[in-house]
Amino acid sequence: MTSKLDSKIPEGNLEQKWTKYRSTVPLVNPANKRSLEIIIVGSGLAGASAAASLAELGYKVKVFCFQDSARRAHSIAAQGGINAAKNYQNDGDSTYRLFYDTIKGGDYRAREANVYRLAEVSANIIDQSVASGVPFAREYGGLLSNRSFGGTQVQRTFYAAGQTGQQLLLGAYSGLQRQVGTGNVKMYARHEMLDVVTIDGKCRGIIARDLTTGKLERHFGHAVLLCSGGYGNVFFLSTNAMGSNVTAAWKAHKKGAMFANPCFTQIHPTCIPVSGDHQSKLTLMSESLRNDGRIWVPAKLEDALALREGRIKPNDIKEEDRDYYLERRYPAFGNLVPRDVASRAAKERCDAGYGVNKTGEAVFLDFAANTIRYGKIEANKKGMHNPTEEQVVAMGKAVVKEKYGNLFDMYQQITGVNPYEQPMMIYPAVHYTMGGLWVDYNLMTNIPGLYALGEANFSDHGANRLGASALMQGLADGYFVIPYTIGAYLSKEIMTKAISTDHEAFVEAEKNVQNTIDRLLSIKGSKTVDYYHKKLGLIIWNQCGMARNEAGLKKAISDVQALREEFWSNVKVPGSANGLNQELEKAGRVADFLELGELMCKDALERNESCGGHFREEYQTEEGEALRDDENYKYVAAWEYFAGNKWELHKEDLIYDNIKIAQRSYK
Amino acid sequence: MEKNLNLNLKVWRQKNANDKGKFEEYKVNNISTDMSFLEMFDVLNDRLVTEDKEPIAFDHDCREGICGSCSMFINGQPHGPKQGVTTCQLHMRSFNDGDTIVVEPWRATAFPVIKDLVVDRSAFDRIISAGGFISINTGNAQDANAIPIPKDDADEAFAAAACIGCGACVAACKNASAMLFVSAKVSQFALLPQGQPERYQRVSEMVAQMDLEGFGACTNTGACSAECPKGISLTHIARMNRDFLVAGMSTNEK
Ligand SMILES: Cc1cc2nc3c(=O)[nH]c(=O)nc-3n(C[C@H](O)[C@H](O)[C@H](O)COP(=O)(O)OP(=O)(O)OC[C@H]3O[C@@H](n4cnc5c(N)ncnc54)[C@H](O)[C@@H]3O)c2cc1C
Ligand code: SF4
Ligand code: FES
Repeated sequence: MTSKLDSKIPEGNLEQKWTKYRSTVPLVNPANKRSLEIIIVGSGLAGASAAASLAELGYKVKVFCFQDSARRAHSIAAQGGINAAKNYQNDGDSTYRLFYDTIKGGDYRAREANVYRLAEVSANIIDQSVASGVPFAREYGGLLSNRSFGGTQVQRTFYAAGQTGQQLLLGAYSGLQRQVGTGNVKMYARHEMLDVVTIDGKCRGIIARDLTTGKLERHFGHAVLLCSGGYGNVFFLSTNAMGSNVTAAWKAHKKGAMFANPCFTQIHPTCIPVSGDHQSKLTLMSESLRNDGRIWVPAKLEDALALREGRIKPNDIKEEDRDYYLERRYPAFGNLVPRDVASRAAKERCDAGYGVNKTGEAVFLDFAANTIRYGKIEANKKGMHNPTEEQVVAMGKAVVKEKYGNLFDMYQQITGVNPYEQPMMIYPAVHYTMGGLWVDYNLMTNIPGLYALGEANFSDHGANRLGASALMQGLADGYFVIPYTIGAYLSKEIMTKAISTDHEAFVEAEKNVQNTIDRLLSIKGSKTVDYYHKKLGLIIWNQCGMARNEAGLKKAISDVQALREEFWSNVKVPGSANGLNQELEKAGRVADFLELGELMCKDALERNESCGGHFREEYQTEEGEALRDDENYKYVAAWEYFAGNKWELHKEDLIYDNIKIAQRSYK
Repeated sequence: MEKNLNLNLKVWRQKNANDKGKFEEYKVNNISTDMSFLEMFDVLNDRLVTEDKEPIAFDHDCREGICGSCSMFINGQPHGPKQGVTTCQLHMRSFNDGDTIVVEPWRATAFPVIKDLVVDRSAFDRIISAGGFISINTGNAQDANAIPIPKDDADEAFAAAACIGCGACVAACKNASAMLFVSAKVSQFALLPQGQPERYQRVSEMVAQMDLEGFGACTNTGACSAECPKGISLTHIARMNRDFLVAGMSTNEK
């Protein structure tokens, strides 16, 4: 391990690390908390829960988000659910099992201690959310309901229809707004953080732009928490919200914070396929659908061709001519294999010519079998002994509607096709980024006083995240981890007086931000920001997407470099910096993506193995499964930035004391 | 099947809060029926930038109908002609070739225009800050299954909580009343056991803040619920009115 990376994992047994640490971490007394200021960038699950919790403790908190309200953070869009080891179903779940599933699901590239802590606090999240009024789905007996998600064999996912993220975020947001009301939190909506300020090696504040007036502002904080989400939009097309970006994390990176595992991105298997060039984003169909839907393509090439040419309909293909390829390849987990496995399997079938839509990039997600199964159960419940097929189908459809109605409606709205009548068409799309700012056990980056929470850090999901675990991690970080771990740092800062924002470090940082803005506006080239963003997205998708290889990655690196150069000489950003200018906002974000893209490819190129979402074509088994290399690559790749887009790699070795690492098998 | 449309757009342009603002007309051609309404705006904005003109500012983020950012008043209706969808979910197949489409921002005193189609809805956040929460600090919660909640109550609380805070209800109302938005939050908590301790205080404080923000009075026209993309029901307003009455009586007693 390089000396620059100290993960600060507490001593002791895995089961006791967190309990002991929590009870011995230095505290800050209430009077001192009032004079300690904390800046939080982001109001998603991680940011909102951290802000509410820290303000309740008595810290002075400022929260920033670029949307017009904290409630609109991208977490709002999460659909399927949140995991917790409650074992309410009595089906064998436990803290250890959730821990084990997460490490295995992440293909043995996450830290044991962090993941165990996550599993430990997961149950408290459900308690906290219910107490703050989150209306999770319930059974008729009045108790909470659970569903299954990929990569696990227990039912531990809590949900609120297909709007779990919305309900959890509104819960955290109401806690945040309560603190805004008491004056403990000051909210800065429509503000974008554009740099972090460091003084004598410590993080001391940020530069933010008021997006309405265009003015740059300096804000001091004893600590800064980046809860700014993931960077999936580097691909242009993704399931992320349009505004999701890497800028906050990237500016921190350029100020010295290491960026870990940038090439670990998650491609989600069930998204609505691309419909045309106008496409601005992709829409996820929740993974919970894989619970009840069966995924297939035709077994015969001629049927696939006929489908693509519109000569036959999916329902014309006989049962024996269908290839339920996930059930075939992975009998133990079937349609519920982890996302990376499911996505690659879809790509494999489509690349082999079995794709079912006009672009050849789609597979079916079919609810017919389960509709009938549900219909029969309903018939039994109602004491109908000889229901007709129509009755069974109608009752089954009603059950499916109750479970997934909003998702089915969304599908129909977007595609114009009725999914109750025809199988859905789906294809993998970029969804989540496991990589992010490197943090230690305290969630602190290698810059003292600068923290990263939620999707913005790299910490818990290794090379692949299991479904329903991001919401869990965001809320764990914000509600239950940072309120304790921040004490380790702030207890030593109680003598630090608020530093004047006239300090030269603030002046200098603001000047740099201003220069970048001026430069973007002065290029006055001929191509729009989106033009460059789309080009970048294609490069990364083709070379650093579901499958990667050495030659492709090398080409991608030089292509991204060339594109970046062209961007800085030919981009066209209209208007001025005085006032709302959405093109200028986008331009700044794309400029950062153009640097990140290069680092992603570099990281992918350096990692000569396949693991989780990172599939290097050179490293696979004869059956086409990912071939990990634990001997040489069982580490976190943490990249340090140097001026002019140069990087140095630092390695944090991963140590598995409690889990026997094995080839990940879902067969 | 996919088709292409040629359309005339009349879009409200306003430089900033102080500018008077006016409509401007744009012709857009070859718009695929598979596009979303906002993707049509992307195409237009791309063209405006290339022509050295200022693109049209509008709020949007998730483009999935859940964040509540998008907010266009289309042909006299908030979020356009289709029931139960937000602007971002509206697809061009809801329009016909040759249509003229008029696009304005939400209009309400409590939602001042920032630029073009972007308005300031921070009044909603202040209403939530006034009482739209359950006062529980992190770490105080008991086991989530300790209090069973009848499924029907949980489902109805969820239906109220599905409000995305878009403000279409205000834009639809001739009085620019925020009753539907406020009642959805009041109702969600009133239906849950966790919301009981602060039930009446909550409604008083949220309503007081609502009045302070300059939203209009409710005259029961029902336009809000009819235009709400999430189908938030008028029964929540009725429930809030009842709770508000009770709250008023209990304050008198003190
Ligand atoms: C469609 C979809 C469905 C999903 N479904 C699930 C699911 O069912 N279960 C699950 O566990 N996970 C799910 N996920 C993943 C999960 O939603 C996210 O990983 C998680 O919500 C991220 O939360 P966060 O708090 O880290 O960041 P976000 O919610 O992304 O919030 C980021 C915040 O940072 C702010 N911000 C960013 N940059 C700046 C800046 N420069 N200046 C100021 N503010 C800034 C933004 O305004 C925002 O407030 C889903 C993701 C998607 C895309
Ligand atoms: S009640 Fe309906 S229209 Fe009003 S803010 Fe909520 S979702 Fe929007
Ligand atoms: S952009 Fe999120 S609801 Fe329309």
